[in-house]
Amino acid sequence: MSEHETKKLSRREVMRGSAMAAGVATIAPVGATQAAGSMADRFVQSNHVAVEINGVEHQFELESRVTLLDLLRERLQLTGTKKGCNRGECGACTVLLDGRRVNACLLLAASVNGRRVTTIEGLADGPRLHPVQRAFIEHDAFQCGFCTCGQIMSAVACIAEGHTDTNTEIREWMSGNICRCAAYPQIAAAVEAAAREKA
Amino acid sequence: MRDFSYAQAKSRADAILLSGQPNTMVIAGGTEILNWMRIGIVDPPRLVDISRITGIEGVEALPSGGVRIGALTKLNDVAQHPLVRKSYPVLSEAILKSASPQIRNLATVGGNPMQRVRCPYFRADEPTPCNKRSPGSGCAAFEGFNEKHAIFGWTKDCVAVHPADPPVALAALDAIYVTDDGQGGRRIPARSFNTLPSQDSAAHNVLRAGELIVGIEIDPAEATSAYLKVRERESYEYATVSAAVVVDLDGDVIRRVRIALGSVAMRPWRLSETERRLAGKKLRSDAIDAALDAGFADARPLSSNAYKIKLARNAAKRAIELAAGIT
Repeated sequence: MSEHETKKLSRREVMRGSAMAAGVATIAPVGATQAAGSMADRFVQSNHVAVEINGVEHQFELESRVTLLDLLRERLQLTGTKKGCNRGECGACTVLLDGRRVNACLLLAASVNGRRVTTIEGLADGPRLHPVQRAFIEHDAFQCGFCTCGQIMSAVACIAEGHTDTNTEIREWMSGNICRCAAYPQIAAAVEAAAREKA
Repeated sequence: MRDFSYAQAKSRADAILLSGQPNTMVIAGGTEILNWMRIGIVDPPRLVDISRITGIEGVEALPSGGVRIGALTKLNDVAQHPLVRKSYPVLSEAILKSASPQIRNLATVGGNPMQRVRCPYFRADEPTPCNKRSPGSGCAAFEGFNEKHAIFGWTKDCVAVHPADPPVALAALDAIYVTDDGQGGRRIPARSFNTLPSQDSAAHNVLRAGELIVGIEIDPAEATSAYLKVRERESYEYATVSAAVVVDLDGDVIRRVRIALGSVAMRPWRLSETERRLAGKKLRSDAIDAALDAGFADARPLSSNAYKIKLARNAAKRAIELAAGIT
């Protein structure tokens, strides 16, 4: 029995605790919302955001600069959505917004008010994995796993869009997700298999 | 990213009023401006979000036979629209060869020409001389790393290129950016939307504060077209050079051809002299090489990018063949 297991406190749980503490400290004062009046008064620092995430309705008061990615990770502890580059270059933060794949790091949380977000945590049906998740396991479509959640979210959308006719087409339409372990052949094979299963 | 205050525009008129407020910038798709703010290129105290306004989204046929594309239409939706695929393959191809599927689901076609240069000195985390980043500070790229930089229209004050693909196709199609400023707006040709350093080395484009691109209009297509993008990897990479060609053929004789090059200048670069000389010439003839050479007469290399002259010339030649259906 390892020391980690006996202590019943994983590294992730420690990180979550400190992230929550930091989150509390950065919430803007409620009084920052100004009354509507002149055009200048329309601009606010604290934004009310109502958003459906993985089927659950959430309400937040958020600083303007909070991205959807930070909202998911820091406020909801949905850490499956990864912060890789935080510049829209790697695809590790790919989520579905109203069913379409997007980079969560390139969206202000304030802008998704009233919309519907699906993350990797929302794919499985209870204990039953999503077909794309199963295909990634069956095809060994990862090594270190850091990009995997983004790859799977992107693959779900890629299949729904119908961009899976050939291996070349899959690779082109999966090119927004970088894998530094270069598991690309296995990833493309997993997407192809999952697309066939769906068809 | 430093915090800022935020407002969501409710309508087009509302967006223009809000964006005209002091110290205010506009966010639509957000795929560029958030990164500028992270790097420190801009630090706006106020952002107005225009992404939720209605009425300037979608692709529609014009009575004239052309097409009008709403500025807020997502890149993927423009590229995959049946009208665009059928009549303007050069635009569809240019879009699908840009960025990634995820980014194309966020980025808008009207925001796309607002992209800023990818010059590493402009995007540097630490201050380096760059007239676009800090006007008057000079241009580090002129004597620095410039292998991806301009071969046309540069000055010692700025040698960067505009990196976007769709505006190259739009320039070849003589598309118009329709703007609104609350006073009627303007009609700005895509080929002259971005600013050459000889006009203003610190500027990126001619759009004014309080002025928004609301749509793009393209004339009827009576021609075939193609987009060729040359890059260091096959997908999800900026162009080293690109070529957009729109050609109207009578058999194997060129009635009219329009050629725009990408990533060779601070704006999509039309090869006007080549176009003029190619009217009435046969495909596959020596006249094509001569006309291309004439179009490159004013190309000037920097210290590390002479290869781009040959690459761009040959890309233009190949793109003419692709547009003409020669495979």
